Amino acid sequence: MFRDLGQMLLLLGNTVRGIPQAFRRRRAVGEQLYEIGNASLFMACMLSFFIGGVLALQGGAVLVHRGLGSQVGGLVGLSMCKELAPVMMAILIAGRIGSAMAAELGSMQAYQEVDALRTMNIHPIRYLVLPRLIAIAIALPALVIFSNIVGWLGGAFIASFNPDIAVPYATFMASLKDMVRMRDILHGLLKSFVFAIAIGTISCHHGLQTRGGPRGVGRSVTKAVTNSIVLVLLLDYILTRILLPFDA
Amino acid sequence: MNDPEPIQSQATGGLPISVRGLHMSFGAQEVLRGIDLEIKAGELFVLMGPSGSGKSVFLRQLIGLEQPTTGEVLVDGQSVTDETRHRARMAMVFQSGGLLNSLTVAENVGLYLREHRLRPPSEIARIVSEKLRLVQLPDDTSEKYPPELSGGMRKRVAIARALTMDPQLVLFDEPTSELDPLVALTVGREILRLNRQTQATTVVVTHDRDLAFGIAHRVAFLAEGRIQALGTPTEMRANPLPLLQQFLAADFTPQ
Ligand SMILES: Nc1ncnc2c1ncn2[C@@H]1O[C@H](COP(=O)(O)OP(=O)(O)O)[C@@H](O)[C@H]1O
Ligand SMILES: [Mg+2]
Repeated sequence: MFRDLGQMLLLLGNTVRGIPQAFRRRRAVGEQLYEIGNASLFMACMLSFFIGGVLALQGGAVLVHRGLGSQVGGLVGLSMCKELAPVMMAILIAGRIGSAMAAELGSMQAYQEVDALRTMNIHPIRYLVLPRLIAIAIALPALVIFSNIVGWLGGAFIASFNPDIAVPYATFMASLKDMVRMRDILHGLLKSFVFAIAIGTISCHHGLQTRGGPRGVGRSVTKAVTNSIVLVLLLDYILTRILLPFDA
Repeated sequence: MNDPEPIQSQATGGLPISVRGLHMSFGAQEVLRGIDLEIKAGELFVLMGPSGSGKSVFLRQLIGLEQPTTGEVLVDGQSVTDETRHRARMAMVFQSGGLLNSLTVAENVGLYLREHRLRPPSEIARIVSEKLRLVQLPDDTSEKYPPELSGGMRKRVAIARALTMDPQLVLFDEPTSELDPLVALTVGREILRLNRQTQATTVVVTHDRDLAFGIAHRVAFLAEGRIQALGTPTEMRANPLPLLQQFLAADFTPQ
């Protein structure tokens, strides 16, 4: 994986240099955004609801037992927006969108579509990678906002309806509003933006590196997904460590 | 004096190619082992050889998709890379067509002109339908997507797309593979006609003997990494080289 790192940074650099042309690619960006939304919104909704629910269940039991039931909302709210929504959405997107990007670019490579672009002097990175990277960098943070809301609602729902916790909706939300600050939400969004760039770059890189014809596509997809997830978890630790002093 | 004059993009007619001491290896595998070749401007040159002999690799070198291990390829006196390719008008028709599956036929054919903003949209539409007619594709194909077309149609779309570049050099990789004999014949005739009409230097790579002898000004026979024989179709048929005669004589007739 680390042997590829240099090439990935090069790919990212080349893409960034193409950003001035992003406006021309707005149609392609729109198409990518639509596909990402289409492929992930329902899953994101399910996932977030249950993550919020599980947080309420686990945390709620402990807190209620110690007479701290009124704090469940804050616990769910913070865990969701700072950690679980960004990481879980990133893993979902790596599996659902990273794989699709690697497969699509991989088959374009295998069927000589990328070579054809080069012979027409159409820069494959500007034409193929740029719109995908922009779309994922917009979509993942947006998905995290959505996930936060659904997760909070899921937590509130479980907290109020589970008889062992029985924290009313209003109490839950009051605690959430009290404990979750704007900067906590931004913390999560910033992480998810970095994750998005990582997933997009890795997936496009492995797609474009596809060798050995159509058979190579499967290998590229596997690499794209596993490397994305590993890097997301690694970056999560590093970013959390870096952002920690700003959280106080 | 060695004048680094850019390749004339407005010149009509073809560009000459010269290949000198071309070697290409992939790891330990030496695919091309020293090729020297001069292709004249406007010539219809066919490189024939068995599968796996490195024909596609050679073609990719000509258009600068890969750089040789040693040796050089000069198109109109200049080496070709991603950066310099745009100075000459070179087009390549890939074996599988290389059409973008996410674009319609019309969008594919207009891709080059649109991306480089060479013409206003209305004129692009006109050129696209003109080129599609030139390769004898019915008008109703223009809104279809490549996966909905047959192999022969895809190949003709790819040819139409190459023509929008108004090329001075056109490369064809196995233009008749995957085609039935009748469609292969039309595609072969198409190549011949385009070469006459546009005067573009045309290099065709194929293992199809009938195509090679049917359209070529000169044929080269590539095997074991080297050009084993070179000449007009008549000269090639008379060439006694065993490797070549074996290749030409191979058929299903019981020995
Ligand atoms: N990118 C590559 N990496 C490694 N080997 C390659 C590559 N491209 C071609 N080859 C090898 O070069 C040889 C010639 O291939 P090719 O030019 O496609 O043959 P053909 O004459 O059938 O077109 C084959 O053995 C192939 O495996
Ligand atoms: Mg080939």
